[in-house]
Amino acid sequence: MNVELSYGPLAAVMISLLGTVPILLSDRNPNLRESWTVLISLGKFSIIASMLPAVLAGGGYRFTLAEVLPGVAIALRVDAMGMYFALVASFLWILTSIYSIGYMRALDEHDQTRYYASFAVAMSATVGVAFSANLLTLYLFYEMLSLSTYPLVTHKQDAEARSAGRKYLTYLLGTSVALTLPAMILIYSLTGTLDFTAGGILAGKADPSTVSILLVLLVFGFAKAAVMPLHGWLPAAMVAPTPVSSFLHGVAVVKVGVFSILRMVFFVFGTGLLGDLNLGAVLTTLASVTILGASLVALTQDNLKRRLAYSTIGQLSYMILGAGMLTAAGMTGGLLHLSMHAFGKITLFLCAGAIYIAARKSNISEMDGLGRRMPVTYAAFFLASLSIIGMPPLGGFLSKWSMVIGAIDGGQLLLVAVVLVSSLLNAAYFFPIVYRGFFARPAEGCGPEEIREAPVLCLIPLGVTALFCLVLFLWPSLALQLIQRVLSP
Amino acid sequence: MNPTNLHMYALAAPLIGAFVVMIAGRYSRRAVAPLVLGVLSFSLAAALAVFLQVLSGGGFRYVVGNWLAPYGIELSVDRLGSLMQVLVSGVALTASVSAVKSVARDLEDRQHLFFTLYLILIAGLHGLVLTADAFNVYVLLEIASITAYGLIALGRGRAVVSSFNYVIMGSTGACFYLLGIGYLYILTGTLNMADLARIIPTLESGPALATAFSFCIVGLWIKMAFFPLHVWLPNAYSDMPDGAAVLVAPLMTKVTIYLMIRVMFSIFSPAYEFIQHGGVQQIVVGVAALGIVCASAMALGQKDLRRMLTYLIVAEVGYMVGGVWLANAQGMTGAILHIVNDALMTLCLFLAVSAIASRAESLDFDRLRGLFRRMPVTMAALVVAALSMIGVPPTCGFFSKWYLLLGGIEAGQWLYVGALIFSSLVNAVLFFRVIEIAYFRTSEGDANVEGPAAEPVREEAPAMMLQPLVAAAAALIAVGLVTGPLVQNVIRFALPAGM
Repeated sequence: MNVELSYGPLAAVMISLLGTVPILLSDRNPNLRESWTVLISLGKFSIIASMLPAVLAGGGYRFTLAEVLPGVAIALRVDAMGMYFALVASFLWILTSIYSIGYMRALDEHDQTRYYASFAVAMSATVGVAFSANLLTLYLFYEMLSLSTYPLVTHKQDAEARSAGRKYLTYLLGTSVALTLPAMILIYSLTGTLDFTAGGILAGKADPSTVSILLVLLVFGFAKAAVMPLHGWLPAAMVAPTPVSSFLHGVAVVKVGVFSILRMVFFVFGTGLLGDLNLGAVLTTLASVTILGASLVALTQDNLKRRLAYSTIGQLSYMILGAGMLTAAGMTGGLLHLSMHAFGKITLFLCAGAIYIAARKSNISEMDGLGRRMPVTYAAFFLASLSIIGMPPLGGFLSKWSMVIGAIDGGQLLLVAVVLVSSLLNAAYFFPIVYRGFFARPAEGCGPEEIREAPVLCLIPLGVTALFCLVLFLWPSLALQLIQRVLSP
Repeated sequence: MNPTNLHMYALAAPLIGAFVVMIAGRYSRRAVAPLVLGVLSFSLAAALAVFLQVLSGGGFRYVVGNWLAPYGIELSVDRLGSLMQVLVSGVALTASVSAVKSVARDLEDRQHLFFTLYLILIAGLHGLVLTADAFNVYVLLEIASITAYGLIALGRGRAVVSSFNYVIMGSTGACFYLLGIGYLYILTGTLNMADLARIIPTLESGPALATAFSFCIVGLWIKMAFFPLHVWLPNAYSDMPDGAAVLVAPLMTKVTIYLMIRVMFSIFSPAYEFIQHGGVQQIVVGVAALGIVCASAMALGQKDLRRMLTYLIVAEVGYMVGGVWLANAQGMTGAILHIVNDALMTLCLFLAVSAIASRAESLDFDRLRGLFRRMPVTMAALVVAALSMIGVPPTCGFFSKWYLLLGGIEAGQWLYVGALIFSSLVNAVLFFRVIEIAYFRTSEGDANVEGPAAEPVREEAPAMMLQPLVAAAAALIAVGLVTGPLVQNVIRFALPAGM
């Protein structure tokens, strides 16, 4: 295990942050501006990918900016877990950037420069969270992500956007200041460090009741993971333009929440400590309630994006559920679901956006018969929903299967039931959309005759992500290799 | 100029400059700005040189005019004092760049008088951070206060009444302090801090000594607007001219807190305050917590940006007083760090206010609508300052709050810890309310004009107001990143022995 000192992690984080400068400067030339965005996203992905071989070989990279507190620095480190998340996020950002161009131009949106600049900052923050070497650095980027996505959520700048933005910051900033910050200081005063260490830093330093308090503080403190009852911001955030909902609120922001919680479980608490104190049950209980609750609410939503948002809330908790099982298969499943769900959910959201561009419809009840007009979009939607439900031959099957095995290994049959029931609920809220699209007859007077597929810049990304749901089922080895390194470093 | 008296040049420059400005300003208004900026730049350069020298060579004591202590005037140029001198001169220079512009607008033909008071005030502050004599603290504090009264009275609206209120409260505070050192003089026969610190532990701890201590401390509490002795501050600070507010708001309360630290640890000792009178310590921390909560709550009720900030200053005073009285190294570190950080945050906020005031007719929240488009740079700087007030890393406000919270947890002062977190949340609400208003173009009431309307013109504040603002915002992040070295090389040495 050799961890090299390198500017690589810094470059991976900073490229999109510095990239805002050319984006802002080319305000008057949209083509140039969008080229910058795509170029930066490609650059970011290549920098991250270039560090992959070392991580697979068991090494890594680190970079320290400044030691700000005794024993705590603002520092970056590339390890398997961070690499896994950063790869997924930066790859999907490329596709989202392309999609954004099609979407924003098709709708002739205002303030596109601000939109692309905020997006780039959010992406820096996301990779920053992935590559944080300690809790303080993670907190820094976590807050940066909340703030940089505020202009995106409130992009419309109307009354609805205002109240959604308020809710967004209240939930995300409020919990991180009121819960995460005290937890972090408590951990520091107990252990004198905040570094992420394999096997945890709290073992032997804190008594059981303190550990339980810390766990609860941190699970709710990272409200981006949308564990009930702190999920309300996510459906509200759906007022944002669809590329924002798809990438940030389907992948980056919410997964930063889950990623942070998983970081805590594996690298601050340590699975050994949680197992000894039997605290995995806290995680699985909270997650199960959220999974079932969110799936039931999703059934009642008519607005497509809101239904997808509730679906996201449920699926996020799968990852926490898997980690909370504290068995090898369960944790593998939880981590695997992070990428499987990312590809599935981004496809669904991109399809929702494509439907909105093509037909200007956002309610499911108005989407009868659209599938025959937009076959590519609906086919992608169908594939992705199968993946989320967990059907073979799609990626989501692997992660759910692994979680079921994990639950059985741990003798927690109740959790098996949770996974299965929830999968049925997933099917119940996804299939009607597809069915209506292909088979229902549109109401008189609003026939979809003149509706065509969305612009090709929108279709390509959603086609690619849908295909990846399939590819990840057939060749999951890269993801599994990285997860292996996380669980047994 | 030899290196052992550079700090005297830093101190004397604004004092001499004050009289030059007054005389030269009579003949040419145009001479005022270059003189003020020149004098303050020189002062900053000298202070920086002293600071670097003290960092490498350690602190020293200096006798003004070779009149030896205990009768002469002694200055103590230690690491903390030197850092404070850099802070005072840095803030003064940054503030004056903006003040030159805003004073030219607010007080056309009284500019030179304004800057005369301004420079004397700065000289007073320089003296305060270096002096090693308890009586000189009184003299210099009055120099700083009386000039501040004058500056406030030059302001808007009811400024004269606010200034008068401040005169009454400030003089009461000064009397308290004077009585306190009177008692000390009777008990010890000296006013030199080092002598006092040597003699006091040998005295019997009786009511006389307790009276001396409490009179000194209460006097300073009035001067720093420690809750519930704060009532003069919001009016005085919101009515004064913007050019004065950018100097007075960041420095006066902070320097007074520094003086409280001097009285508590350079004259008295931790053993006296925290061990012999442990009960008092508990009460003070409790009052500080209460003050933070109440001042934050009052800030919530304000409808004007300036007034909101003045209540936040009162809350921040509670942070620092509480931190010092936590009686542990972490809390003390946090308090001293927060003196620096809060001075910079307040500077940045008031510079932003001053920049906004140059373009908007008032600072009522309603008038701030759509400001992000009109003044993007100003608002960006305001956001950075807001993040620092909330305590978001890597801005400096996060790190001092970190130490304060750590100190609170170690001392088991849960009330204080809770108050700090409450105040962070309130700050988040306060500032995001402002940011939201400035970001959206329409108010909540008029639902008919929703969404993006016609492009308003971009009209940023003049460069002279914008540059110091951007510099202050950058300093918030830069100081945050050097927190480690700052604590390691300066603040660690300022902690009293036995902490």
